[in-house]
Amino acid sequence: MIELLQYQFMQRALLAAFVTGLAAPVIGTYLVQRRLALLGDGLGHVAVTGVALGLLTGVAPTWTAVVVAVLGAIAIEVIRERGHTSGDLALALLFYGGLAGGVMITGLAGQTGAKLQQYLFGSITSISRADLWFTLGLAAVILLLGLGLLPQLFTVSQDEDFARVAGLNVRAYNLLVAVLAAVTVTVAMRTVGLLLVSALMIVPVAASQQLARSFRATVAGAVVVGAGAGVGGLLVSAYLSTSHDLTVAPGPAIVLLALACFVATWPVGALLRRRARLRRPFPAVEAEEHAATHQVCDEQHAHEHGPDCGHPAVPHGDHVDYVHDGHRHAVHGRHYDEH
Amino acid sequence: MTRPTEPVVELSDGAVAIAGRPVLRQIDLTVRSGEFVTLLGPNGSGKSTLVRALTGLRPLSRGQLKLFGTPFESFRDWHRLGFVPQRSSAASGVPASVAEVVASGRLTRRRLLRPPSRADRAAVAAALDLVGLADRSRDSVATLSGGQQQRVLIARALAGEPDLFFLDEPTAGVDLPNQHALAAALSALSRSGSTIVLVTHELGPLAPLVDRTVVLRDGRLVYDGPPLALDDAHGHHHPPQGRHDHHPGVMAPLDRTPHPHGEEASW
Repeated sequence: MIELLQYQFMQRALLAAFVTGLAAPVIGTYLVQRRLALLGDGLGHVAVTGVALGLLTGVAPTWTAVVVAVLGAIAIEVIRERGHTSGDLALALLFYGGLAGGVMITGLAGQTGAKLQQYLFGSITSISRADLWFTLGLAAVILLLGLGLLPQLFTVSQDEDFARVAGLNVRAYNLLVAVLAAVTVTVAMRTVGLLLVSALMIVPVAASQQLARSFRATVAGAVVVGAGAGVGGLLVSAYLSTSHDLTVAPGPAIVLLALACFVATWPVGALLRRRARLRRPFPAVEAEEHAATHQVCDEQHAHEHGPDCGHPAVPHGDHVDYVHDGHRHAVHGRHYDEH
Repeated sequence: MTRPTEPVVELSDGAVAIAGRPVLRQIDLTVRSGEFVTLLGPNGSGKSTLVRALTGLRPLSRGQLKLFGTPFESFRDWHRLGFVPQRSSAASGVPASVAEVVASGRLTRRRLLRPPSRADRAAVAAALDLVGLADRSRDSVATLSGGQQQRVLIARALAGEPDLFFLDEPTAGVDLPNQHALAAALSALSRSGSTIVLVTHELGPLAPLVDRTVVLRDGRLVYDGPPLALDDAHGHHHPPQGRHDHHPGVMAPLDRTPHPHGEEASW
């Protein structure tokens, strides 16, 4: 395992996986905020056509993929702006058009499916020095813009009407998010492959928002999950491939690790939300109303309700109700009232 | 009534068409500094459209709009505007804390790529204080009740310290205690000299604050003057029943009423 890390190709791969995992969830957070979680997937499919064009013309496929994905992103954004209902359909058209176009052009270029597969499912261990610089550069741009313009992008994604009246150029920011998503897709293409690109943008956000209460915490958590899954998934696949002689592709390992983070945080988040709901104060009611419905609880209690009795103590006006078995019991003299 | 102050909103002969269909016609409206104006009218009368036109969200198909004496096309003092859009929730697809949502209202006064200054933080804290949500600033907006979320949206507009507010139905679906909290915040604003334009269905606890009422009916301004008893705006003379949506009627030809002038179409 240790000797594996001494290989140059492995070091390059680790660095690429780390920065991709760092950059992708930043843009992913804005997509989830707009409820456009599948946009990245659509752009990934469009980028397949870009890669195929590169194979056909002999230009580096990474560059043609960037160009075609950016054009696709602009097209989606324009369609979304024109009419809300057709956005979903436009995405579907791009999905199928992109994939079919890519496969067809690859055939025209006389290339085999194996060549295309490198891009569909990633081939991070074959990443060249030039590819690495390309990845580092684009990831830096994504992080700089995605985090530097966070207040503006947050506002536009949260409430477009408000942002427009606040004087923000909403169309420019929307296009920026779409273009950055397209760039992210092509950056992540080498790591996890075009078909799994969106996972690295979205799954870390889904995991992080289970526990976060604020937008910034969501972004920070997503970046940690993304970078951790990137490096961790690569190491797991390398370990299994070398010491157990199994064929484990890095891309799927990275995505499954990110999903495992979601599976781990989801129950915790669900539990926290349930607890928060249980402890939310009951609305205060006028004293007379209470007097009118004064109802003494006959039930014998095995213990006295108190701060450490284990039953949720929920504020209710000027006193505390103890919640158990569907009842709300408030201390009243020597007995409990049903509230 | 005190002597007239300078106008902050001037709309002359304003008209708005949505998808070619005229929605507002011949609107002349001047709001002066410090006034508290309510726009009343039945559903579909164009109240919200008028506010959206005044904030520039809906382009005018004719007429001219001036804000603070500047034609809208060259208006750049966005920090003087505070807008509370008609929304049922302040939440979106990702958790956001109350303080973050309110801080986004401060953007009109912040420069690009600069961290928030002490004045920015103070303004956010003061806005939350005014709507009575200072203790919830770190909570996720989605955990607040509907009325509290409306107050968050108002605090967001307050954070930019504007002097002209547009509020679109802030009390829709808000319970009475929250309406009172809202009225308290608006009353404090009004006393400090802000101009307020409020679209509403029901004034409720806001009624004592209003200086002037504007009533719209079917896209035209039918009353402009001192506050009315609400009955006058909504009560007896309901407009003729019929189509009141803003969208061109889309029906299958077979469904159309045989009568060419029939207005019985309802769905």
